[in-house]
Amino acid sequence: MSPLLETIGLTRHFKVGTGLTRSVLHAVDDVDLAIGEREIVALVGESGSGKSTLARLVAQVHKPTRGEIRYQGQPLTAHRGRRAKLAYRGDVPMVFQDPFASLNPAYRVSHGILRGLKLHRPELSGAERQAEAERVVEAVGLTPAAEVLSRFPYELSGGQRQRIGFAQALAHRPKLILADEPVSMLDVSIRIGLLNVMADLRETEGVSILYITHDIAGARYLSDRIAVMYGGHVVETGPTEDVLAHPRHPYTELLLSAVPDPRAPLDVDAAAAKTDPPVVIDPTPSCRFRTRCPLAVDRCHHVTPRLHPVAQGHTAACHVTAPPEGAQ
Amino acid sequence: MPEPLLSVTDLTVVYDTARGPVTAVDHVELIVEKGQFTAVVGESGCGKSTLMFAVAQLLNPPARIAGGTVRFRGENLVTLGERELNALRWRDYSVVLQSAMNALNPVATLAAQYKDAMAAHGTHTNEEIRARSSEVLDLVGIDPVHLHSYPHQLSGGMRQRAMIAMALLLTPDLVIMDEPTSALDVVAQRSLMVQIKELQQLLGFAVVFVTHDMSLVSHFSDQLLVMYAGQVVEQGPTRTVFDHPSHPYSRGLLEAFPSIRGPRVPLHGIPGSPPDLAAPPAGCRFTPRCPLVHERCHVSEPALYEVGAARSRCLLHLTEAAS
Repeated sequence: MSPLLETIGLTRHFKVGTGLTRSVLHAVDDVDLAIGEREIVALVGESGSGKSTLARLVAQVHKPTRGEIRYQGQPLTAHRGRRAKLAYRGDVPMVFQDPFASLNPAYRVSHGILRGLKLHRPELSGAERQAEAERVVEAVGLTPAAEVLSRFPYELSGGQRQRIGFAQALAHRPKLILADEPVSMLDVSIRIGLLNVMADLRETEGVSILYITHDIAGARYLSDRIAVMYGGHVVETGPTEDVLAHPRHPYTELLLSAVPDPRAPLDVDAAAAKTDPPVVIDPTPSCRFRTRCPLAVDRCHHVTPRLHPVAQGHTAACHVTAPPEGAQ
Repeated sequence: MPEPLLSVTDLTVVYDTARGPVTAVDHVELIVEKGQFTAVVGESGCGKSTLMFAVAQLLNPPARIAGGTVRFRGENLVTLGERELNALRWRDYSVVLQSAMNALNPVATLAAQYKDAMAAHGTHTNEEIRARSSEVLDLVGIDPVHLHSYPHQLSGGMRQRAMIAMALLLTPDLVIMDEPTSALDVVAQRSLMVQIKELQQLLGFAVVFVTHDMSLVSHFSDQLLVMYAGQVVEQGPTRTVFDHPSHPYSRGLLEAFPSIRGPRVPLHGIPGSPPDLAAPPAGCRFTPRCPLVHERCHVSEPALYEVGAARSRCLLHLTEAAS
């Protein structure tokens, strides 16, 4: 059975500079990622690792430079015509990072939800639309729904606004929600509530979620599978518990060691990690993590590592810890 | 006994709004010793940033200090005039704000901004200014060639470091940091925290660190203040509060974030949202969200009770103290 959505060799480059300084920024390079039905996949990486660009490629905000996206077994390029594109956008909505910028302050909360319903489900009557809007608002845990719908965004807290973001996405009866750092602007104490909403939506509405985050602990709480991105490459992917219990890529280990955990003693060595960003402008073939990697060997400087299986469903791209079978 | 570096007594800050005065900081007490790392944690709107602005005398109307004192090195900052404050600011205490992107001047190089701060506090020569600027940048791990960089040429982590370097220019005794790491990703955040701690041990300044992420400061701070709805609800040595949180709110905050170790357990965070400060609930302000709520919580307002080495604003501990 083919997964719900699959990217094959997905690549996006941006041209930067002009004239003599013209160069190419490799935001996303050769990413293969699959998301199954009712599956929550976490995409983890630091700022600038290309995780948001990947989400935008999937949402068709950017066109890929190379590679393709297959949705329900069909390449997206086969979607021709306004109707097919609109249907895809309704199936794969996006929830944005900043709940203060993503809701129009001049309209009531109901506006965004009702507009989405009008556009994507034109068969509904006005009364049905209102009922459906109340249903999705309740689904994200906001009650009383009718009253919440008649409020303006400024009357809601950050956590409530972000729930409205999910309610808007839900109104389209989506298959896959692209959630781009939905909790990073919220207080730690209300993040968990929103993570629980996402977990519930999978159970009750049967959606899949691509959860983009730099918080690996939140990713563990929510996701079935995890993909770690660094410098535009996916460097490690696999079942969440497996990857976090037995990380094979040094970057995954670095991410894990950076999570503040009051229950564990402070690991000072890990904290000494350098933070130079990877070179993604006109990169030469090499491992992009080599400048920060404690294990780097000569080969890392001129050969790009590929993802190789290290356990059931678990792959890593590292010359040292995950060499291809047979080569040692 | 010598006087502490900073002692805040009964500090109350009020915002004058159209609906009447709103008390954002309610009779807060805080003592910071020389070289101590104090963390102030709480949710958005609990008054933690307002408290820091009040300590630094940076409040603007409609906010005003309605009562209490802020004694810093023996002087009451609340009664000092603007001219006297200007002499103290940056030289004796400095402030690092949440978003370095907005706090740094986008059209001036770091060198120019550092020069401004130093020139305002004395008659330094260009050589002195240049030498000191390179020195502080070096301290925070940035190559001094970046003195001639504009803020947009630096990464988020570097900008935050450059802000901290600027705060250290005149070797202050106290650095107030208002969520300096919240715009950074986890790796950059961790390395900045370690660096702040190292600098603090090296130079001996005291830090008051404001954050909403309690787990962040667990390994770094000496003293912890948990604020809720304008009041301090728990205060004590950091390790004590983490190991044995005595207020239900601190317990909720501690249980609000998932761990990367141990079994995956469902978490619930703290239900509900903080109260409207214009009309706080009667009795204990945490009543509507408290899992251990009791009848008398609705009527009698708790004070801070001693619980071992810590102090907690919860009626549960009143019984303990009495029995």
